[in-house]
Amino acid sequence: MLYQIMDGDYGGSCGGCSEDMTVEFGYEPHVLAVDDNLIDRTLVEKLLKNSSCKVTTAENGLRALEFLGLGSDERNSLEGTVSKVNLVITDYCMPGMTGYELLKKIKESSVLKEVPVVIMSSENIPTRINQCLEEGAQMFMLKPLKQSDVKQLKRHLMKYRS
Amino acid sequence: MDFVNQLQRKFIDYSSSLHREGIVDDQFTQLRKLEDENSPHFVMEVASLFFEDCEKLINNMAIALEQKQGVDFKQIEECIHQLKGSSSSIGAMRVKNACIAFRSFSGAQNREGCLRCLQQLSHEYSLLKNKLQTLFRVSVASRCLYVCLVIFCRGNEHAEPFPDVLVFQLEKQIVAAGGSIPRVH
Repeated sequence: MLYQIMDGDYGGSCGGCSEDMTVEFGYEPHVLAVDDNLIDRTLVEKLLKNSSCKVTTAENGLRALEFLGLGSDERNSLEGTVSKVNLVITDYCMPGMTGYELLKKIKESSVLKEVPVVIMSSENIPTRINQCLEEGAQMFMLKPLKQSDVKQLKRHLMKYRS
Repeated sequence: MDFVNQLQRKFIDYSSSLHREGIVDDQFTQLRKLEDENSPHFVMEVASLFFEDCEKLINNMAIALEQKQGVDFKQIEECIHQLKGSSSSIGAMRVKNACIAFRSFSGAQNREGCLRCLQQLSHEYSLLKNKLQTLFRVSVASRCLYVCLVIFCRGNEHAEPFPDVLVFQLEKQIVAAGGSIPRVH
């Protein structure tokens, strides 16, 4: 059901005038936030919770994949099931697996490929931004994040859905 | 109430000076906007996490720069990257700028330059920590004092009545800050 709502026709106002994601999505969207930096993770979690999101955090790409059910030992166990999350927001620069690599893995999954992925970075590098957008990232956001960035994210997701 | 107003004035002035001196920037203001009744101490909590993180990273860099057999500049760059990110996210402008300067010396693998930068970074961090802790103390003190006065007024039939909802909220805050509510008969 969660998978369908993201993709299908959602009757209702798309004016983006509501501050609350609950009104736009009809329930609390579940967001997976991935960042190796504790302070950044704390901040993004707070920003999302202030917008009525349910938030799960992960400190690296591997943990994120495990949560999503795409862990290395799970192979294709996800076939036929639905996504746990409505949105993934991830930092680009992470040790081990970068946000870009995480994005690719999500887009390669038949079940998860429709889940919007947003990339965050402290560096404004056009080639990096283009690379992510070409790989299917919904949006690229510059850090440090503030409340207005999350509002912009919401408006962007609403346009994408309709 | 005049004393409370003075204390609140002090808080505003002190907070403004932090911005004027470049200790904090607009991102810090953004963080304060995120506080609400559910998380009245969000900024203090994030600042505490930052202090811990910063101390650990400064320590790791000091150790790395001591290594006689050769400095691992890659490790230092990684530490700087982390610290630049965190300081930027909480609005600690001078710490962030110290990281940027540090990064160029580390990139050039200049040990002497790095040692100077580390010293500068430690200095900026100490300054930030002292100032923020003072700010938090003034903030908590004024809130506690305000609640005490409110409760006193409630018990004093000659004072102006306070809306009960406001008193309840303020009482919750004081308890959340680790205090207790004096019973007024």
